[in-house]
Amino acid sequence: MNGPHDMGGFTGFGPVRPERDEPIFHANWERRAFATTLAAGAMGQWNIDMSRHSRERVPATAYWASTYYEIWLAGLERLLLDKGLISKEELADGVPHGLGRPVSRVLSAADTPAVLARGGPADRKLDREARFRPGDRIRARNLNPDGHTRLPRYARGKIGEIATIHGSHVFPDSAAAGKGDDPQWLYSVRFPAVELWGIDSRDAVMIDLWEPYLEPA
Amino acid sequence: MAHDGHDHDDHEGSELSPIALRVKTLESLLTEKGYIDPAALDVLIDTYETKVGPRNGAAVVARAWTDAAFADGLKRDATAAIASLGYVGRQGEHMVALFNTPTIHNMVVCTLCSCYPWPVLGLPPVWYKSMPYRSRAVIDPRGVLAEFGVVLPEGTEVRVWDSTAEVRYIVIPERPAGTEGWNAERLAAIVSRDAMIGTGIATVPA
Repeated sequence: MNGPHDMGGFTGFGPVRPERDEPIFHANWERRAFATTLAAGAMGQWNIDMSRHSRERVPATAYWASTYYEIWLAGLERLLLDKGLISKEELADGVPHGLGRPVSRVLSAADTPAVLARGGPADRKLDREARFRPGDRIRARNLNPDGHTRLPRYARGKIGEIATIHGSHVFPDSAAAGKGDDPQWLYSVRFPAVELWGIDSRDAVMIDLWEPYLEPA
Repeated sequence: MAHDGHDHDDHEGSELSPIALRVKTLESLLTEKGYIDPAALDVLIDTYETKVGPRNGAAVVARAWTDAAFADGLKRDATAAIASLGYVGRQGEHMVALFNTPTIHNMVVCTLCSCYPWPVLGLPPVWYKSMPYRSRAVIDPRGVLAEFGVVLPEGTEVRVWDSTAEVRYIVIPERPAGTEGWNAERLAAIVSRDAMIGTGIATVPA
């Protein structure tokens, strides 16, 4: 989707404002929103791509006016509703109207360090050769899907060069739609700034792109 | 993002802001439904507030500066090299180390969300997740760098890495002159978080 999250190349947001001695969280609710999101994710009812897609679907004007953890919270509420884990009425009242749907995993304090250490590797076996090699010229396809994609708008239609092959990874466009991992070769692709932005510069942007996003150029 | 999330709900018994109330309501609902355990939330918060942070990454950089074999391993397989120092897991499953050189300056962004190498840098600062950084890092990296006080020679290539996949990047800044003979611990102290994102460089304090 061409959502509000796809920000590369916008110029209307003003300067970057680093904060001196910034705390990890700016309010207690941010701590709890962060941890609730991770703990709810550990139920295994959705994957990271669904989680990202849920945040991207926050309406554009709200997305741009929200803080980071406000977007997380909105994304989490939507996932819980979409998966039927809570009802709109429960969310409004803040009290259960019935038992929870049985879930196979509930993250415990004791298991948390091991779960974090394990993480969620995205590499998957793939029984076919990579289509491209380092040095190949490619064009990022001009895709505008309705669903989730990790092909940024600013790269679409642009010509780049394969820099490295990362391996074969879960394809987010498929995983976010609940259609399985559909592993694809993942490349680091180099796009010269002159190609992306038409400016005279030796600078470049390196973007991680899956094979279905690319065609020979 | 419109504002920076400052909120004053830390005082028990004081009135909660609407967003704080919404979070508290959701946490209690999910707890009562049997989906989450608040004790796990406490561990998650403590982990990223007190245990995992940019000191981990600084140890990686200092080791790379002082141990050529480690630096080689870091170039070949950063995930394994970083794991050998004990930094593993969520949001660091597939690591790549980007070595700055006199002619190449690396800088990391996630234009689509907020991807960041948690095991080595902890949770990202607000500016990294903010609209200004996400939007401008790719189109105007030198302008962004200037806002961090970093001005690079024209001849240096600025290479911006957009973290669109599950690969996570850590920048290995150049070791500054004047640190000859320093041990890894002393070196780690001069490696800032921003230097490992690429919006800073490593310098010897005056």
